[in-house]
Amino acid sequence: MAETVTARTFSRRRSLAPLLWLGPALVLILLVVLTPVFIMLRTAFRNIDAIGFDHGWAGWRNFRQVFHEPDLHAVLLRTVWWVVAVVVITMVFSLALAALFNQTFPGRRVARWALIAPWAASVFMTAVVFRWMLQPGSGLINVLMHRFGLLDKIGDNASHADWLGRPEAAFWWMIAVAVFVSIPFTTYALLAGLQTIPPEVYEAARVDGSSTMRSYVSITLPLLRPALTVATLINIMNVFNSFPIIWEMTRGGPGDQTATTTVFMYQIKAQSIPEAAAMSVVNFGFVIVIVLVFLKASRWKEQVS
Amino acid sequence: MTAQALDAPAGRRARRRRPIRFSTKKLVCAVLAYIVALIFLVPYAEMVVAAARPKDQLTDPTILPSHFDWSNFKTLWSTGLGRNLQVSLEVAGGATLLVLLVALPAAYYTARQQFRGRTAFLLLVLVTQMFQPTAMLVGIYKEFSSFGLTDSVFGLILVNAGFNMAFATWILNAYFSSIPVELEEAAMVDGTGRLGALLRITLPLAWPGVVTALIFTFISAWNELVIALILTTTPSKQPLTVALDSYIGGYQIDWGHLFAASAIATIPVIVLFAAIERKVVGGLTAGSIK
Repeated sequence: MAETVTARTFSRRRSLAPLLWLGPALVLILLVVLTPVFIMLRTAFRNIDAIGFDHGWAGWRNFRQVFHEPDLHAVLLRTVWWVVAVVVITMVFSLALAALFNQTFPGRRVARWALIAPWAASVFMTAVVFRWMLQPGSGLINVLMHRFGLLDKIGDNASHADWLGRPEAAFWWMIAVAVFVSIPFTTYALLAGLQTIPPEVYEAARVDGSSTMRSYVSITLPLLRPALTVATLINIMNVFNSFPIIWEMTRGGPGDQTATTTVFMYQIKAQSIPEAAAMSVVNFGFVIVIVLVFLKASRWKEQVS
Repeated sequence: MTAQALDAPAGRRARRRRPIRFSTKKLVCAVLAYIVALIFLVPYAEMVVAAARPKDQLTDPTILPSHFDWSNFKTLWSTGLGRNLQVSLEVAGGATLLVLLVALPAAYYTARQQFRGRTAFLLLVLVTQMFQPTAMLVGIYKEFSSFGLTDSVFGLILVNAGFNMAFATWILNAYFSSIPVELEEAAMVDGTGRLGALLRITLPLAWPGVVTALIFTFISAWNELVIALILTTTPSKQPLTVALDSYIGGYQIDWGHLFAASAIATIPVIVLFAAIERKVVGGLTAGSIK
């Protein structure tokens, strides 16, 4: 009944009404999201010189250039490694933290608030602080490690303390920072998932003599699967696109030895915009794949109808 | 039979022991959680400590300086960072306002009406939410340069609004859908128009959602770096994140002022975010967890 009334009120201007209400949103999406995608695709196939002059159609030349970059292979491998390492470590820690913060204990609310800090703060500034805390001679992390006997020597000449100067060590520290900033959202998403599990289920399991560990594996994890899937996919997307951490801590360097495809694209942009566009299109291909998997996994259609 | 006989006393024993076991467990949880909380706060506390380190102790290998010197927070304003802070405020404020103007009608209409293209629109919004400006940097750069929107607050407002509109639309849509349409109809029967019903009934009820969407947009525009990095080159037109980034790139990093500015830009945002924490998760994962 209610629906008929509303439907009738609106039926008169049925054809134009949606445009009126959705128009501004559509214009904004067209202008800020779709046009750049189109321009990026077009640029990737144009022959544009260093000054920005367009010499016409370039075919696949820009893509060939990208694929002939001597370091591309290493950068791609590193990107896969970066995404897998950050997401897996984040999920493991977040599962543990969600279980912990789902318990009741005094001061839980305050502790939860503290967990939020890296989510609210800009990733860029968090990366800068970590860079500061990793200074070889005076960084807080080095000072603490030195006090606890984990580092025998600190100072500007102590090579072990110069984490960001060594590509391998720098990359691990950047993975740690990426995990640090990804944990808050993930933990909260899993907490939200945990709260949808009715307590009766555990009650029943306890009556059946199931241990806490057993209940967790055979009840909590399966019921948490939707939350886990969504959190994992959102993390993959964020981590793949992540730029500020690597940019602020090493600028992708030395050279491109700590760059992922996103940072690499930014480095290429300084030399050749069309080649950077081609690299972006390759990146964008990955993004599309992640989006498609996300849409399938989240069963979004059931939610909006 | 035997199992049952054994079970009964075991169950009773467990029940008797539970109060003690329960509080030990609570204690362990609390201690663990406080340690975790501390770890997550340390970098931001260090931000403040570093900003308040006296100049001659800046590179001392100490956890805390011998005394705090807060002068960086005062001298900060003469370094030009004050101007960058203002740009950040304008961009974040403008983007928030624009998102509100654009997302509110779209979210309301899709929550209330079935129409052709509704599903397509919601799909478009969901896909935009997954896209990040980093992936289309080159396109944004070329488009906005050709419009003359580099070094422009308006350009940054547009981009930030564009990429945050999706989340705002989702969360507002969820709020509007949860408000019974009968409430509005009752108001319309009483003589208010559709707009009146929206303004007087629906909007006040959806207020928590509106606030959440606004704060989230503000924070994300406030923290944005990558787009501003390529769209602004004049130091006085750059938001704070870009200005601080160029501090890092310089030969002599002025760490004291850098962290004073970071602290000013970060701490209020953390407090603001804590206020909306729960709703944000709900919105970000909307349509997928429940």
